[in-house]
Amino acid sequence: MSILVIAEHDNNNLKGSTLNTITAASKLSDDISLLIAGSNINSVVEESQTIDGVNKIIKCDSENYSNSVAEDLSALVLANCDGYTHILAPATTFGKNLMPRISAKLDSQQISDIISVESDDTFKRPIYAGSCIATVKSNDDVKIITVRSTAFDAATTNNSGTEVSEISAEDSSGMSKFVGEELAQSDRPELTAANIVISGGRGMQSGDNFHLLDSIADKLGAAVGASRAAVDAGFVPNDYQVGQTGKIVAPDLYIAVGISGAIQHLAGMKDSKVIVAINKDEDAPIFQVADYGLVADLFSALPELDSAL
Amino acid sequence: MKILVPIKRVVDYNVKVRPLSDNSNVDLNNVKMAVNPFCEIALEEAVRLKESGKASEVVAISVGKTDSQEQLRTALALGADRATLIETDSILEPLAISKVLQKVVEDEKPDLIILGKQAIDGDNNQTGQMLAAMLDYPQATNASELILNDSSVKVTREIDGGLQTLELTIPAIVTTDLRLNEPRYASLPNIMKAKKKELNIIPASDLGIDINSRTELLSVELPPSREAGIIVETVDELVSKLKDEAKVIQ
Repeated sequence: MSILVIAEHDNNNLKGSTLNTITAASKLSDDISLLIAGSNINSVVEESQTIDGVNKIIKCDSENYSNSVAEDLSALVLANCDGYTHILAPATTFGKNLMPRISAKLDSQQISDIISVESDDTFKRPIYAGSCIATVKSNDDVKIITVRSTAFDAATTNNSGTEVSEISAEDSSGMSKFVGEELAQSDRPELTAANIVISGGRGMQSGDNFHLLDSIADKLGAAVGASRAAVDAGFVPNDYQVGQTGKIVAPDLYIAVGISGAIQHLAGMKDSKVIVAINKDEDAPIFQVADYGLVADLFSALPELDSAL
Repeated sequence: MKILVPIKRVVDYNVKVRPLSDNSNVDLNNVKMAVNPFCEIALEEAVRLKESGKASEVVAISVGKTDSQEQLRTALALGADRATLIETDSILEPLAISKVLQKVVEDEKPDLIILGKQAIDGDNNQTGQMLAAMLDYPQATNASELILNDSSVKVTREIDGGLQTLELTIPAIVTTDLRLNEPRYASLPNIMKAKKKELNIIPASDLGIDINSRTELLSVELPPSREAGIIVETVDELVSKLKDEAKVIQ
């Protein structure tokens, strides 16, 4: 068996989700190649040479891949994937966008969002917003897989000097033009990488009130998230969203404030190590998964918490 | 300009799904079914494009059992002009659904295909991208804004760190995220009118494509359950528990 992992990066740094994906790959085989395609990616390649478990790095440095446009990146993977038995990418918006294109062209039924590797062809994955866990066996020759990063530890980085081979770019399809990007600027850790997350729900009542969370987040070094209800109500942008249709997080500490605990939100955070719920409704379902519950009005509890820290 | 909107019949999002007692699959006996919420957003966007004069026809399509006609009637009530059901008793995987849709697209020749980013049953998030690859069309997944021009479509996408904007040549494929729009409800007169709209049924076997499953479902289980913990009385008690008992803050 031979595994190809597609690296997610921003042309400067490798995304942490790539390290979790490599750990999932290492459960399949110790023959792991990492494809890094992008523009001016020397720093990403150097960083990747330290990853334990990666035997070979395949580098493609071209403008065509600077924004990871799926049409072009899938063509590059397809031109260079002969001989691999499994192709893996993180189940982030990057991997979700890219991998089904590769899967369709290889006539293979992708297995999305795996949370465990049972054998070389059998995997567990959540369905129905995590209400159930399915064990699925793939009968395709080449397995195309996306990996839920919170379900696998990050690969360690004590290696050095991993062999790098360069491949040439494929022609761009020209069908999809990158116009621009608006990335959220924040000094806080990324939601999916943070050790502590504090999230607000509909109970926050307005976007302005999220500053009550910001101040606590700064003291704890936490990321700030939100429930879908808070996003739908327009309190905060969608990239705050934790849940089935947003981000999946599993920090050491998750603090849910004014969040009732709908199935779709629990799907995004219930694997957190310690869960705290602050809600004035003592019957809110969030208390059924919380290690520590505080039945209180968040507008008095949050300032108290802020000054207690 | 013609827009094709594939629709999936799924368990209503309010239903808490459980495994069957023999763990062979999920228990879907007597549960409420509905149009997949992301497909509703796709249809709403298509209907708005028609209402604004940018599109001339909206065609809804579903692939599944005969009872998927209910969801296609809903789509007709919400503003689709006509609908087609590709009928099969088999449960199709996204790869097979994409192959069926590819046939439909080759026949209907739409300028734009709008799909939900994922169905809330399998949570696969694959069909739009697979169909785009099979047709060699460009794709924009997780759309939060869509501007249709004569020969291109500009789409703002929700990505992990924020927003990305792409311009695709048409024909193109767009999959919808939550914030693209807020779908309307069907009015009673429109539900009545929908009964008279055209709904074609084509047996999947007529298409002559391989729709067999590539994967086997070995079991379906409940996730490990989480026990409820304790209720603390005060913020100070909470902070001391987090420091001394859980040791997650300093």
